[in-house]
Amino acid sequence: MSNTVLKVTVWRGAQEGEFVEYLVPRNPNQTVLDVVTYIQRKLDPTLSYRFACRVGMCGSCAMTVDGVARWTCRTHVSQIVKGDSLEIAPLNNLPVIKDLATDMREFFNKWKGAVGFFKGDKSRYDDFVKVEPQSTERKLADAGIECIGCAVCYASCEVVASRPNYLGPAALNRAWTLTNDVRDVQQLDRLRAVAGDEGCHACHSHGSCTERCPKKLEPTAGISGLKKLVARAAVRGSKWGKL
Amino acid sequence: MGQVMSQGVLQAKLWYAQRISAMVLGLCVSIHLIIIFYAIRGGLSAEEILGRTQGNIAFALFYEIFVLACFVHAPIGLANILQENFSKGFISQGLSWLLAALILILGSTAVIGVYSGGNI
Repeated sequence: MSNTVLKVTVWRGAQEGEFVEYLVPRNPNQTVLDVVTYIQRKLDPTLSYRFACRVGMCGSCAMTVDGVARWTCRTHVSQIVKGDSLEIAPLNNLPVIKDLATDMREFFNKWKGAVGFFKGDKSRYDDFVKVEPQSTERKLADAGIECIGCAVCYASCEVVASRPNYLGPAALNRAWTLTNDVRDVQQLDRLRAVAGDEGCHACHSHGSCTERCPKKLEPTAGISGLKKLVARAAVRGSKWGKL
Repeated sequence: MGQVMSQGVLQAKLWYAQRISAMVLGLCVSIHLIIIFYAIRGGLSAEEILGRTQGNIAFALFYEIFVLACFVHAPIGLANILQENFSKGFISQGLSWLLAALILILGSTAVIGVYSGGNI
């Protein structure tokens, strides 16, 4: 392995395009995002990619690195490089706008489609709702709440690849955290939205989302919780009523 | 939208039916294996095996439950596979119903056959 130079092939183009090779100097503690930034600043300013916080909070820099979806700002080259080359492509399962930037609209629209947003019935004049930190619902919500919306799970999901209408792991994970939010008032709408083969019941439980999630969340577990909750609500009813 | 919702709820119910029938099947397969060990003791001809299983109402009831669980479980799975790989609609539904009918008819015939020894 050459210790000084990394051969990086980067996807250039939109849906149609090609991989172009760049030579990037190796640095200690260099991240994949550092590599992409070097290419854009020093080698080819026309390279398009997306990033913001650089510290693993914003979820905007995910890319496919050597075939695996990753958050590039927190992925050190030394952790993943084999030999002296690296292949960087845009995320799978999303339309490519240009180079490494994908169109995330569908991904976020599906959060909305899964009723993945909070709605309460209290106003500023009401007292706070008290949620016990040790309650079952709070703990279940906590387990999935730290999603940064990077779409790594969505890009890694085989079901999304084969069923374009499938809501996907991130949207369903968000729906699951909200079914465990005792303040939310749109539970039945949410259960209906995530039922069936465009929702949680399409999941094959392959677990790629859970394996790849950079925040170590477990969308597979949340989806499995939704499957049971929705099916019970359809057959026997739920605490919010019957579907 | 109403159409889409009811479709999702139907799929959720089918998923539930498949899950419950899978639990029944898990139990049935275990008991079925034990019955096989019992039935093949001391001779493997059809006559000898039937000699031990024929006319036993408990066997017949157990195997009819087994058949019913298969009748629920397998066609739902087949329909899912066909819908995912081909398309929703007539072919996947038709083939699943055909499989359901075959399992129910052939399975129940076999249960009655073993119980009665073909004397009905």
